Amino acid sequence: MTVNFEVFLTILGMALVTYATRIGGFWLVNRIKLSARVERGLQYLPGTVLVSLIAPEIGKGGLTTALASVATVLTGWRTKNLLVAMLVGVGLVYFLRSIVGMG
Amino acid sequence: MSEKIIEDKLTEDSSSVTFTFAGVLEGVRQTLSVALSVFIYGLVLGVLAGQAGLSPLEVFLMSALVFAGSSQFAALGLWVAPLPILTIILTTLVVNLRHLLMGAAVRPWMGGLKSWQAYSSLFFLSDESWALTMGQFAKGKRNGAFLIGSGLALFVAWTSAGVVGRTLGSAVQDPAKWGLDFAFTAVFLFLLTGMWKGKRSLLPWIVAAAVAVAAAYAMPGTKWYIILGALAGSVVGAWGDDG
Repeated sequence: MTVNFEVFLTILGMALVTYATRIGGFWLVNRIKLSARVERGLQYLPGTVLVSLIAPEIGKGGLTTALASVATVLTGWRTKNLLVAMLVGVGLVYFLRSIVGMG
Repeated sequence: MSEKIIEDKLTEDSSSVTFTFAGVLEGVRQTLSVALSVFIYGLVLGVLAGQAGLSPLEVFLMSALVFAGSSQFAALGLWVAPLPILTIILTTLVVNLRHLLMGAAVRPWMGGLKSWQAYSSLFFLSDESWALTMGQFAKGKRNGAFLIGSGLALFVAWTSAGVVGRTLGSAVQDPAKWGLDFAFTAVFLFLLTGMWKGKRSLLPWIVAAAVAVAAAYAMPGTKWYIILGALAGSVVGAWGDDG
């Protein structure tokens, strides 16, 4: 069980800048008075962040990912259950890739 | 029309936010299935860390202190002797800049809490715990401790998996073989359906998707696409609401 000093220093630096990104946004909007328009923009942020996270993923995933995405959304919408929706999506990707042989 | 106003009030109101142990438990409970996928990716991280020459204790320290998957994978990609310390730290910073936006968006939740509650909760902010937390908020739930519980579940999965993967070696090399690369997309898709606010969400979401895809294409290997897409979509939302 060893920790190299340089490795520790690197990890510590990574930890500090990461924590700064975690608190920085909150700290800023909590401190300054935001205009009504910025407030409205912030309300859209959760949705647009999620869309931006997955759009390139789905875009480059081809037909397999597209089909699994539709199945996930429909299952989630009907069941309101995260685990079921996730299992259906992952299971369909596995099925299409391993059994059907799609990319 | 009145429905829209009530919904807006619900989203903005932070005065009714509580912070209890029940909220922590609820966060843990709602995150278990996601934690399972995180565990698989933690195994992969452990394997790669072993190949990069990190000891099990060093893997644990990195996962526990940094606790940010994408940036840790990126760091391991740069992990050669002599260690490019500054490059690794800067890369970590850039990969994690998207947290700034997530932290800003979480204010309706955390703004009503005491400082120590908010700033300790925010240590546990990750793509997954943040998305689950905002999903709860969209449903009208108001326990501010949810993020800690959700983050703790992921933290335990992530740190233990890193050590297990580092110790056991290459049992899990390719999660994509099992379709597991889709797990996080599925989680985010599910949570996204709960954030649909009707027609006014359409244009911001389309703009976000288009800009994110273009940015990901233009800057492969970086995470700028999340920030650029989210900002573009939200700006469109802010200006379009005028009516």
